[in-house]
Parts: sequence; C-alpha cells; structure tokens
Amino acid sequence: MQGQSQRVIEAEHLSFAYGAVPILEDVNLQIEAGEFLGLVGPNAGGKSTLLKLMLGLLTPQQGRIRVLGRPPKQARHRLGYVPQYPSFPRDFPIDVLNVVLMGRLGVGAGLSAVLGTGFGGWRRRDREIARRTLLEVEAGDLESAPIGSLSGGQLQRVLLARALVGEPELLILDEPTANIDQRLEGEIFELLARLNTNLTIVVVSHDIGFISSYVNRVACLNRTLICHQTESIDGEMINTLYGEPVRMITHDHGTDDHEHGQSTGAGAHHARGVTPHG
Amino acid sequence: MAEFLNALSTHAFLQQALIAGLLASIGCGLVGPFVVVKRITFLAGGIAHSVLAGMGAALYYGYDPLTGALAAAVLAALLIGWVRLSWRTGEDTAIGALWAIGMAIGILFVSKTPGYATDLMSFLFGNILLVPARELWFMATLDLVLLLSVALFYRQFVAITFDDEFARLRGVPVELFYLLLLVLVAVTVVLMIQVVGLILVIALLTLPAAVAGQWTRTLAAMMGMAMGIGVLLTSGGLALSYAPDLPTGPTIILLAGALYLISAVSAGFLAKRRARRAVRSMNEHRDG
Repeated sequence: MQGQSQRVIEAEHLSFAYGAVPILEDVNLQIEAGEFLGLVGPNAGGKSTLLKLMLGLLTPQQGRIRVLGRPPKQARHRLGYVPQYPSFPRDFPIDVLNVVLMGRLGVGAGLSAVLGTGFGGWRRRDREIARRTLLEVEAGDLESAPIGSLSGGQLQRVLLARALVGEPELLILDEPTANIDQRLEGEIFELLARLNTNLTIVVVSHDIGFISSYVNRVACLNRTLICHQTESIDGEMINTLYGEPVRMITHDHGTDDHEHGQSTGAGAHHARGVTPHG
Repeated sequence: MAEFLNALSTHAFLQQALIAGLLASIGCGLVGPFVVVKRITFLAGGIAHSVLAGMGAALYYGYDPLTGALAAAVLAALLIGWVRLSWRTGEDTAIGALWAIGMAIGILFVSKTPGYATDLMSFLFGNILLVPARELWFMATLDLVLLLSVALFYRQFVAITFDDEFARLRGVPVELFYLLLLVLVAVTVVLMIQVVGLILVIALLTLPAAVAGQWTRTLAAMMGMAMGIGVLLTSGGLALSYAPDLPTGPTIILLAGALYLISAVSAGFLAKRRARRAVRSMNEHRDG
C-alpha cells in the first residue's frame, strides 16, 4: 500500500492484560514481507494473544501495532487466519466447499465487500477459486463432504483452504498441527513452505525444534519477546524461554526428511527439542 | 378426514385456516433452521413470550393486537440481542427476566381490557379458525420480508451462525447481522401466533427444523424440508382436530412433538445400524 515499506507487521512497545493479568509486556516485533516466522513459547506465554492483536480481535492497552501499514481492523480482510481450535459446531449442516467459500466474504471493495453481491448464492468465480484452493491443499476430493465427517488432518487442510481462498498477503496460523499426528504435521509444514514463496507466514507453535527446520526466523515469546533470530536455538535460550532446565533429544523418524524434537521432561506439557539442521 | 375435506370445500374459514398454516410454514422453514443450528431456542422463547406485552397494550389502547405484537417482538428481539452481545455472563437470567416481565405486562393490560378472557386464550394458544382475510395479507407481507432478507443475506447469516469469529475477520458486521437475525425470529414468531399462539410458537419454530436437520446435510436442504414439514403439520393438525372439535394449536404441536420423537429415534437407530454394517463389512474384508 505505502510503497516504501515492505513491513507486514510492525509492533512497538505492545502491552496487553486480560483484566488484572498481564499477558504481554513491551513487545517489539517487525515482520518483513516474504518471511516465514515461527512464534514459539510456553503455554500461556501470550502467543495467541499476540495473534489476536495482529488480527484486531483485541486492542492493546499500550503500544502500537500496524498490519500492512494500517491499523489491524482495516487490514484484516487482507489476512488469512487458521485458528487453533475450530470455533464452530462440528454437527453444523454444511459441506467443505461452502465452509471454504466463507473465506471469500469481504473480498472486493466498498459496500459489496460488506454486504456481498448477487442474490444469496456465490458467484461462479468464487466457487472456482475455492475448488482450486482445495486442490492446492490436497483436499480436492473433500469438496462435498459434510464438515463433521472430516478427520483432524483433513479439517486442518480445509481450514487452511478457507484462510487462503481470500487471497491473503499474510497468513496467520495458531498451532495448526496441535491436533494431528507427526506425519501430517510434516506434510502441512511442507505445504506452508511452498506457500511461503509468495506469501508472508506467521505460525504459532510450542515446538521449537520441529518448526525451526521450516521457518526462516523464530521469535520466542514468554510475556515479552526473548529472542528473535535466525540462528539455531541452543539449550540456554530454551532454558530462558521456559524458565527451567530442559532435556533435549532428537528423534529420527526415518520416513521423514527432517528430524523432529520430542517432548520428554516428566510432566512437561509442551514439546521441546532441537533441530539438527540449525 | 373425509368430513374435514368435505367441510374444507364449503367453509371459507377452513380454507383461510389452511392458508394461514401454509404462510406460517414459510417462516418456520426460513428461520427455524437458523434458530436450531445457532442454538438460540431459549432466546427465541424469550422473544415469543414478551410479545404478550405488545398484544395486551395494543388491545387496551384499541389498536390491532398483531401490530402491537410485531412492535413488541422486534423491541424484545433488539433488547435480548443487546443483552446477549454486551453481557455475555448472566445472559440467560436476563432473558428469563424479560420473558416473564413481558408476560406480566401483557396480562395486566389484558385484564384491564373489558371482555379479555377469550382474547387472552387465543393469544396464548392461537386460533387458526378465526384468522380473518386481512390478516392473511399481513402474514404474506411478513413472509415477503423474511424471504427477501434471507435471500439477500444468506451467506452472511450462514457465516455468523457457523463461525462468528471468522465472519468478523472477513469484515462481516457480525453484531448487525445477529440483531437482524433476531428481528427475523421476532417476525416469524408474530407470523405463527395466529396459528399456535405465543406459548406454543417455540415448538413450531424449532421442531420442524430439528427434524429436517436429522435428515439433511446442508442448511438450504434443511430449510426446504422444514418448510414441507411445517405444511404437513399445520394442515395435518387442522384436519385431525376438526372432527372431534379439538383446539387446533395444541393438536399441531402434539403432532410436531410426535414426529420429532419418531424422527430422533429412527435417525439414531439408522446411525447405529450403519455403524454395525460398517464394522461387519470390515471384518468380512479382513477375513475374506
């Protein structure tokens, strides 16, 4: 929009609290166009909150956030969002194509973007784009399946298609692989890496080791931003992030073309690990 | 039944009753599915019952009760919508309060109006046999309003009932469409009051849609089927109640309740049988 700046996200001294509970403190984060940023940190470290601030679903008490050079609410129709948990009832009577088509709402300009054009139904162009996007995420065969009949991995692909179908400039994903197995997790991230060639991506994860083989920068968040860099993640940094010693191991899954860190520590809920690729 | 068909061809009041049932069914098909999938039956019940305040006031001041009902329903819908959007917690207590307060106001007005007893009964339980022709026109107008709103904003209504957070991110004015949906519920309630009365409205609004939901896989199909079931129930109830001279509204509702029960039981049975068959064919596949 503004030409001189390629900055997709610009957060300055961002602080946020739910009631009296501080969640984010003085967060400064810049994301350039074309980046694939992994946002990691412990549970309740503020990752989802930071995403919601980017999406304009929450307003910071302090600081400033710009998305594509604008206030989040004005930019959010140019974003794609994949939530951590599907926020809809699984028994809703709707098929996959129509779920994906909802991502076409708000595409276009002016009043027609808000109220939609045409009488009720979708235009043929919208349907074509939705079908093409389903093929892109390898879910073309699911088009007429009821949304409630999908497996976790299939649902994740459909939610990704719903986020992509609006042709976003920035894709935001909140733990996109939290509810699916590791093989599918790899497939989804391969797909994201492909999409990254013409799309800026921010992905939240609690699994540093896994995502660092795909993303080109990691930002670690535990109330405030502890690190954001491209170098490999060392044990000391993870200790700072999680505030406790962490045992690190690497797993070789054999079939995967990458190695994958696994959760080990007794009682530790979040998976941690290191990547051999650095 | 023969007696009913015979009477139908000769009595204008029966023909009008049948048409009233058809007109109410259109609303039941267009709006009922949204109430069911969005799970706002309790909200709709609150709107329906607080309508009595408007009917009572209209009666007392000498206006047409249906006009009063429409005004009260829309007001109640906006009030309940506002409570829902801004209170989040304690919402059902607030709706329950509006529900009862609306009825209390209505009953006070009706009791201060001379000759209230019959009117009150027909408000509460409907009287499809006493629908005058001009009220059929009024109902047809309400249907037109519903049809236009749903046709124009179908995608937006689906989006906010399916996933309101995502709809908001796509720039849909979620609060506006939520309030509009509740106003449509209010309009539908008024549409059905003549047929089954305001106490029984909630059953006619939700049961045909719930039955349809057990047998369809898209919202549009659910709407069509709910409309058909509405026609079946209103005409069936009218026919059944005619010969033994039963009140029509409760007959329609009992028919709806029976259909819902049968549908729920058989849908559950079929789902179990499908699962058993799937496991059996899996076993055969493995063994063979």
